[in-house]
Parts: sequence; C-alpha cells; structure tokens
Amino acid sequence: MAQQSEIRYLTAPAIDVKKKKYCRFKKSGIKYIDYKDPEFLKKFLNEQGKILPRRITGTSLKYQRRVAQAVKRARHLALLPFVTDLMK
Amino acid sequence: MNQYETVFILTPVLSDEQMKEAVEKFKGVLTKAGAEIISEENWGLKKFAYPIDKKTTGFYVLIEFNAAPETIKTLEIAYRRDEKVLRYLTVKMEKYAAEYAAKRRSNKQPKQQEA
Repeated sequence: MAQQSEIRYLTAPAIDVKKKKYCRFKKSGIKYIDYKDPEFLKKFLNEQGKILPRRITGTSLKYQRRVAQAVKRARHLALLPFVTDLMK
Repeated sequence: MNQYETVFILTPVLSDEQMKEAVEKFKGVLTKAGAEIISEENWGLKKFAYPIDKKTTGFYVLIEFNAAPETIKTLEIAYRRDEKVLRYLTVKMEKYAAEYAAKRRSNKQPKQQEA
C-alpha cells in the first residue's frame, strides 16, 4: 500500500483546513434568546432533539447556557420535543 | 415591581367562551393581586411536540405583566387549582428580555393591522 505521502490528490484534502468557529450571538449581537419561538431554537438541536454541544455550534459558554435554558423551557411548554426521531 | 411573563396551556376540549372566561379569570387573579398587565396574546390552538396527559393540542395564552414577587405565588396556586390548565410557566424578565418583548410587541402590532 503506497505510503501516505506518495498519494497525490487532485484537489487538496479539506480535512486539515480549520474553519474558525465563532459565537453567532456575539457576532450578530443577539442579547436575549426567546424560549417561545421553537424555529430559532431548532438550529441548536440535532435530529433526536438533543442540544448540540458547543464544539459543534461554536457558541460561547454564556450564550450556550442561555440556549440550553431556553430549550428546556420550550420543552416544558411542549413547543419542542424531549426526544424525537426525524425532527428537521 | 418586577416584569414577568407567563405562558399557560388550556385543554383543547373547552368551547370558545369557556376559554375566554378562563383567560379572564387569570387576568382577574393578577389584577386583584395588584399586578399591572402589559399585554396579552392568544396563540390559539397549537399542536404539542409530545402528548400531555393524552391530549395532542392545546390553547396557548401568554400574559406579560408587572407585579410584586408575592403575586406569583397566588397566580401559581390559581393555576394548580384550575384543572383546565395543563401546564404553565412563569418567567421573570430581565433587561434584555424586556427590550426583546417590547420590540416583539411593536412589530406584532403593525402585522395585525396589515392582516
């Protein structure tokens, strides 16, 4: 099997390019995350309805906690499911 | 006097005037306890994301008000006593929440006029 270095790709492999993650709340200046509109909160949930971790969404700790609290309140009011299969 | 917003869900089995009367009842509880109601929204019948005691839809009502902290206890006791209310959530609004709510109310008003 040819060693790694000998394999030449037509286009450079995109694995190592690191996309700089940013906190979308700081960038767009959103100060309050409303628990009443589920459409916006769905951006932070995966297919099962679980909250996405910060390393995926890149949000800062302060806003991740607010997102988590808003999602939990929305779940309490049945605006968002606790667990579901195909949600999006 | 803090600013609060409360959302409660009524069972869908009620007729229209029963719903209005229930909403009036809770507004009465608030005003009697010395609260000052800022705005009130009925989201109408909405489907739940998961069934709440065997029901899949409910009548959502949102009320924003200024009140002293003690009135929240009386409000929640009223919620617990009333079996028409499936679920309720009362939240204290901090500065940004109040601004957001004011903005939301202002852009909701023109929408109603256009519609």
